[in-house]
Amino acid sequence: MLQTTVVVLASFAYLGLLFAIAFYGDKRAESGRSLIANPYIYSLSLAVYCTTWTFYGSVGRAASTGIGFLPIYLGPTLMVALWWFVMRKIIRISKANRITSIADFIASRYGKSQLLGGLVTIIAVIGVVPYIALQLKAVSSSFTLLVQYPSVVAEKASSVPVLGDTTLAIAIMLAAFTIFFGARQLDVTERHEGMVAAIAFESVVKLLAFIAVGIFVTYGLYDGFSDLFSHARQLPDFNALITLGSGMSYGAWASLTCLSMLSIMLLPRQFQIAVVENVNEAHLRKATWLFPLYLLAINVFVLPIAVGGMIHFPDGSVDADTFVLTLPMAHQQQALALFAFIGGLSAATGMVIVETIALSTMVCNDLVMPLLLRIRRLRLAEQNDLSFWLLSIRRAAIVFVMLLGYAYFRLAGEAYALVSIGLISFAAVAQFAPILLGGIFWKEGTRAGAIAGLLAGFLVWSYTLLLPSFAKSGWLAIGFLENGLWDIALLKPQELFGLTGLDEISHCMFWSMLFNVGLYIGISLVGRQSAAEHSQATLFVDVFKNTVDAPGSRFWRGSASLPELFALAQRFLGPSRAERAFAAYARKRGLKSHQELKPDAALVSQVEMLLAGAIGAASARVVVSSVVKEEPLDLQEVMSIVEESSQAIAYGRKLEQKSRELETATANLTAANERLKELDRLKDDFISTVTHELRTPLTSIRAFSEILRDNPALDIAERSRFLGIVVKESERLTRLINQVLDAAKIESGNAEWKSERVDLAELIEEAILATAQVFTDKNLRVSADLPASTPSITADRDRLMQVLLNLLSNAGKFCQPDTGVVEVSLKVELNTICVGVRDNGLGIAIEDQTVIFEKFRQGGDTLTDKPQGTGLGLSICRQILSHFEGKLWVESVPGHGAAFFFSLPLAAGEPGKSSPVGE
Amino acid sequence: MKPSVRGQRLIAAFLFGCLAFDYPILALFNHEGTVYGIPMLFVYIFGVWLLLIVVMAIIIEMPD
Repeated sequence: MLQTTVVVLASFAYLGLLFAIAFYGDKRAESGRSLIANPYIYSLSLAVYCTTWTFYGSVGRAASTGIGFLPIYLGPTLMVALWWFVMRKIIRISKANRITSIADFIASRYGKSQLLGGLVTIIAVIGVVPYIALQLKAVSSSFTLLVQYPSVVAEKASSVPVLGDTTLAIAIMLAAFTIFFGARQLDVTERHEGMVAAIAFESVVKLLAFIAVGIFVTYGLYDGFSDLFSHARQLPDFNALITLGSGMSYGAWASLTCLSMLSIMLLPRQFQIAVVENVNEAHLRKATWLFPLYLLAINVFVLPIAVGGMIHFPDGSVDADTFVLTLPMAHQQQALALFAFIGGLSAATGMVIVETIALSTMVCNDLVMPLLLRIRRLRLAEQNDLSFWLLSIRRAAIVFVMLLGYAYFRLAGEAYALVSIGLISFAAVAQFAPILLGGIFWKEGTRAGAIAGLLAGFLVWSYTLLLPSFAKSGWLAIGFLENGLWDIALLKPQELFGLTGLDEISHCMFWSMLFNVGLYIGISLVGRQSAAEHSQATLFVDVFKNTVDAPGSRFWRGSASLPELFALAQRFLGPSRAERAFAAYARKRGLKSHQELKPDAALVSQVEMLLAGAIGAASARVVVSSVVKEEPLDLQEVMSIVEESSQAIAYGRKLEQKSRELETATANLTAANERLKELDRLKDDFISTVTHELRTPLTSIRAFSEILRDNPALDIAERSRFLGIVVKESERLTRLINQVLDAAKIESGNAEWKSERVDLAELIEEAILATAQVFTDKNLRVSADLPASTPSITADRDRLMQVLLNLLSNAGKFCQPDTGVVEVSLKVELNTICVGVRDNGLGIAIEDQTVIFEKFRQGGDTLTDKPQGTGLGLSICRQILSHFEGKLWVESVPGHGAAFFFSLPLAAGEPGKSSPVGE
Repeated sequence: MKPSVRGQRLIAAFLFGCLAFDYPILALFNHEGTVYGIPMLFVYIFGVWLLLIVVMAIIIEMPD
């Protein structure tokens, strides 16, 4: 069954299936029914972490270091617990800034630095391309092994000519797949739904294949775990396999755990899947436990397969890396062997596809485009449509990366440099950790610090890990490894500065991180950030606080024109895409078409972000600034803008509001206090005035009573005159007391108020009739000007009568006898009814016109003039009217009479204060 | 559950994992004994691993 043709057919059928799935995924995405928009696909696609290095290599590692293969998977499990803080933030930042790769992310954080983006790209390519080669090698050697069935001993595969090499065919197919599903068109979001669907499918295949082999070994060849392990006891170094210490130290265990914690985020393919291809931030939640569960599931059978293989091939003739294949083959399980091979193929292709997309994006956006844009001779920035260029470069980069991997595989072959690349690759991308993690949590990190730290870490990594691996492969003179550079012992690559006792990975990690972190922090603290760096740092670190729609727009000052911006977008995105993007933005702004857009800061940053999706943040910055006449902000200005960030403003507003409320409350309190003091004074005044007013009539009553008592001889006429005075004064006293009581009642709210329909005209006529005696006595003329019909109002009839009588008798009192004229008028206005009582008497002095309404205050000089009333009448009138929401006022020119007016609201249904009925 | 509380619980789970998967706690189980015939360290690591995943699932899936 396992003839070459069958295996080849199966392989290509599997790749064909991948094409179909990816195609279906893209179709679904286009029709808006995304296949991958759920946390399960997201979690499965994250398992691109498990490559052939896991599928075949874990068993190999387990055969040599036993349990020591596990830190590579325990690290990610621990790290995802922190993803709630770290990955969520990275995803949020990337979505807000249209980040397309890890190089783009780092470049963008440090002021959109092209240098930094290029550096990250170069390190990633150097660190990861050999890893791609390793996948191709795994495919190649597993294929060679499988077609030799039933022999399980691998022959040297290097004799195969390039043209007849199945691996090359697979590499070409993968390149085609990657181009078709990764760079078919320019996507401003750089998401590839079909590709992700295919990767998730591959994750299922490799997991099922590995578990199938694991179950076959554990339950087919043996009777479960305990039976397997009891057979394994016969192995000479079994105890070393199931314990730590001899095969691997605790230190190496810990450093591998840390290294893999970093790799799970920093490997370009992991960043691509976890961040760039993330559909929804919320998917991270389920992935937090589903992804570790996947890792656990794919690792349960690693040790059983390893010890099973070691028992069955005790002579060491079979490479432990191939146990997954050779164990089924040795037991004539051809179908299982083929399935295992397909599982290995899926692990390899998944990694190669995603890594190639990630690397090609970085190479195109952060390396080639910036360089091409810099070459003025090409006049690239002036081209009309650059989208074709961009796509071509992207596709060329994919082919370039794939061929680089294939070439490395052909050249390196069985070399140590290739076999050990897994961890070397991890250590390379770990160099991104300080500037990336520092970049999202520490605002002060500068571009200079990041470049210095990254460069130093990369150089130390090259010297302590990469070059030694070349030397061990025989590509470099081994002398520098054994004696140190220039025979200086302190410079021995793997015992740098005399440090011994660490394994090579821990040794490299210690020195590279020391220089990397040290220089990053040191130079950042010594130097200063430019304005652009500072604004980017704030955007990244404060991404959860920053809710502004268009990030960066606040930090821009300058001028641009709409046609220029539109033309720019067209050049890089193609006319139709640019049109759509602009139209969508205009719709978001509530405009009909993009022609109405204003070329303001928000639009400029929107265009920059659109372009960032296509060509990376750093390049986008450069091309946008070519059409935008930007006036650079100095640091001071940016600082002040940052300080006024939306949060601060919100807090400030709240604070302002609170302090305003406090001020109002204080003012109210002060006013209330003043009022209290005033009332206290009024009370004192009232009491002294009342007593004074009461004493006047009392004095005269007493004086005349004494005269009557002491002079019994007074004649009858005199006597009756004096008695008349006593009676009159007593009446005045009674009136006074009544009015004081009335006023006090009204003021305390204890007065009884009736509410009835009152016809004011009728009431006026009645009042004139009632006061007729006063006017006839002094021979005064009274006239009333009343409209034919008046709307009735709701009020207390008796109280209103009291007001009218008071005003009429006042008018009568102050008119000259014989010539006096009193006119009463009634007018209906819009919402009020207004009554006026005008006389032609003495008038009221301007300064008295307000005081006459206060209690016991009268016009004129109270010390010399004889009081004409109690001084309570007008005060009571005003209180009565204000009870019915009316007003009372006076208009007077001294010497020309006075006119009192009161108005009452027409609409008044009920009086303002309801009276306690039946009191 | 408040987001900050969820975050703190996840940090606690992380610290628990770091402690359980490293020296010296790991050394307590680093011997040649077996549980139902399966090596002690193998059982311990996979057991704690599963426990950690369950704990993280509970923390994450708890409704807001």
